[in-house]
Order: sequence, then C-alpha cells, then structure tokens
Amino acid sequence: MKQYAAGEKHLVKFVLNGRPQQGWCEPRMLLSDFLRHELGATGTHVGCEHGVCGACTVRINDEPARACLTFAVQMEGARVDTVEGLHDEMGGLTELQRAFRRHHALQCGFCTPGILMSCTAFLQRTPHPDEKQVREMLSGHLCRCTGYGGIVKAILEVAAGRGEAPHA
Amino acid sequence: MDRPGGGGVVKPPAFDYVRVDSADEAVELLARYGEDARVLAGGQSLVPMLNMRLAQPRVLIDITRCAGLASISCEGALNVGAAVTQATLEQRRTLQTESPLLACALPYISHFQVRSRGTVCGSIAHAEPSAELPLVLAALNGRVTLRSLKGRRELGADAFLIGMLTTARRADEIVEAVQFPLLAHGERQGFTEFSLRHGDFAVVALAASVTSARIRLAVGGVDDRPRVVEWPMLTGSALDDGLNELAWTLDARDDPHASARQRRQLVRRLGRKLIGGLCT
Repeated sequence: MKQYAAGEKHLVKFVLNGRPQQGWCEPRMLLSDFLRHELGATGTHVGCEHGVCGACTVRINDEPARACLTFAVQMEGARVDTVEGLHDEMGGLTELQRAFRRHHALQCGFCTPGILMSCTAFLQRTPHPDEKQVREMLSGHLCRCTGYGGIVKAILEVAAGRGEAPHA
Repeated sequence: MDRPGGGGVVKPPAFDYVRVDSADEAVELLARYGEDARVLAGGQSLVPMLNMRLAQPRVLIDITRCAGLASISCEGALNVGAAVTQATLEQRRTLQTESPLLACALPYISHFQVRSRGTVCGSIAHAEPSAELPLVLAALNGRVTLRSLKGRRELGADAFLIGMLTTARRADEIVEAVQFPLLAHGERQGFTEFSLRHGDFAVVALAASVTSARIRLAVGGVDDRPRVVEWPMLTGSALDDGLNELAWTLDARDDPHASARQRRQLVRRLGRKLIGGLCT
C-alpha cells in the first residue's frame, strides 16, 4: 500500500517519451496539468477537462488515455508518451504527421496532439482500418476547424501505404 | 501557474490518495473511511465528477494495480474482476461465443480512448441510467459480488441497480467482480442504441435475449435504471402491442437530447427491429 496525503507534494517518477522524468505534485493534480506545468511538456493540450474533447489524449503504457482523467500520482513507474515523443529516426516528422501536413488535417492545431496520439495507438492495433473504423476512432476527438475530412484521408493514406505499424 | 504542483493549476478537490495492492487492503480502508472514500479504477466516470466537484471524497483508493482483481474467468459465467478494463474484455477472443450481447454492446461505450482505461465493474458501480454495461448486466440477469471486511455477498442486477447513480452497495463494500451468464443453447442476443453521435450517452439503448419460448428485453436511457421485461414469444402485432405498452410504462422524460415522445417511439421502433432481427 502506498499513501499520498492530501495537500502535500509528493515525488512522482515515470518514463516520459523514453526518458526518466520526475516532479512534485499533490494527489489531486491531473496528469495533463502535471505534464504542462510541472514538466513543461506543453504539447499535450487541455480542452474540456472531463474526457470528452480528446485534446489531452496521451499514451499510458502504450494505451491511449485522457490525461485529464488521470492523476499524476497514478503514473508512478509507468510509461507515458506524448506528442513530443513523435518523430522518426532522424528527428523529423513521423509518416502520420507528414500525411497530416499533406492533407491539411489541421488548421489551428489545438486538437492535433491528442489525435496523433490516438491514431498512433489505433494504427498499431488496427493496421488496416476502413473509413468507418477511422471515423469511429475519431469520434473520441473534437476538431472544430477541419471537418475531419483531411484527417480521415491522412490516416487512410498512412494505413494503405505501409505494411507495418507506424513508427511511434 | 507560479505555484507549481498546486494552487492555480488543480481542478479536483483535495483528497488522500492510496494505491492498494490487494482487495484486502481496499476493504480495510473502506471499513475505516466508509462514505468518505471512493474506489478509483479507470476513473472515466469518477474523475469527471471530481473535476466538476460533484463528488468530494476524502480518500481515493486506487485499485488499478491489484493483480487479484485484474482477471477474467469463465466457469459457468463470465466473471470479470474490478480492475479489468472495457478494452480488455472487448479484445477477449472468445467473447463472441461466450456472450454475444457483451461483444455487441462494448463498442458502443464512449470512445476507444476511454474504454482503454474505463473498467467493466466501474461502469456498473457508477450506475448511469443510459450506460451500456449496467443494461447488459440487467438483460442477462447477471450478478454483482460485493465484498467488505465482513465477507462477500452477491446481488442480482435488479437488486443491485436501484436508481440513477445509485446502487445497493454499502459504504464499506467494494464491487469485487461481476458475473455475466454465458450464452445458452438456442439463445440469441442483440444490442442496439440511438445516440446523437457515436460514443455519446444513449438516448435509448436496448439489449435483448431471445429463445424459442421467450423474449427478454432491457431498456436503458429512459428510466432512472435499466428496465427489463420478459414475454412469451411474441410476433407481429402482439410484439408491437407489447412494445407500445412497455414504452408507456417507462418514466420517459423530456431533456435537451430528446423528448419523452421520441424516446417512446425509439423503444417501439428499435425494439421491433432488434427483436425482429433475432427471431428470423
């Protein structure tokens, strides 16, 4: 049993994008706020803060998850991946990110980090999705700029153009 | 912002957080804190309530790392432990043959980014009237295992789900597991729902189990808890009459998503389609 008292700050350690990270927080601090305000990892955006909009989606031990519905203290010893960790071997954009650029799958970009994290997890589990599956997955994200058309195209193009899972 | 780790950047109320390693530890804490404690599993319903301060527990008991609660077993019924996520159950290879109703209903639950953390038992313990899993449990007449320091007790879905966000769980009890009866020989099951967009709360959700002798139909999203009816085999206008009568006995209300009238109509139309499809 591990106890963290209310009102006090506790040291939390986890692996963020492959690198050990640590910071201090109260038990009630959300992972989304911890990433942004404690660790300075502001790539993860915060929208509705109750799990609906999808902007704060990260990966926890490879599974997509809402950072706003997770407490930072729960992440002790876990692996957390955020949009900052998405890059190819040379440090450039991933295939998925390049496809997003090609298809204008973002405008203001607020929802994009969450969508990219979801898509990366989704394409690993479902390497050859059809459009319906892609749209169902995207139902977990709100984008008010694109109308989703470009996003769907980008994901389907990545899925069609490769035989293996995308590089995370 | 200038006070890292607290102050300006926290939303939920303050609580002590305890990560337990076993159900034993969880029930000890529940015995000590009772109504001041809440069990945290996936957090997909509880954390929004905390963020909006609709719940203000003094202690959160995190059971997500209890290995003893993380298993699914299949002996006479599908037994799902308190830490099993909806995604884990959804991905179970044998689910389609063990419980087609569950296999059919799980993809309707919110979004895959939420099912990856949300738990099966958590959704049932939360008892949201339009949620899919309490409805499936009610339709199948499944059971809930509650555990406290005093021991275990089992309740049927009907005795457990007593109202909106309200269950028969006592303050010192944890929902340790739920049991879904397996598909019986000759039984056919189906699920359907209407929502404003995929993953939204169901305006009306229906779960049905049909054999050559009877129809069992559960309705969610209309009343303050799943409502179940069992009829002898009905077809044609007798089925329409049954559905119409059912629609009028439900306590349907107007809300911003749909009117009571629309809900009654959805019960009639979706019910007809669902049961019709299972009887052919």
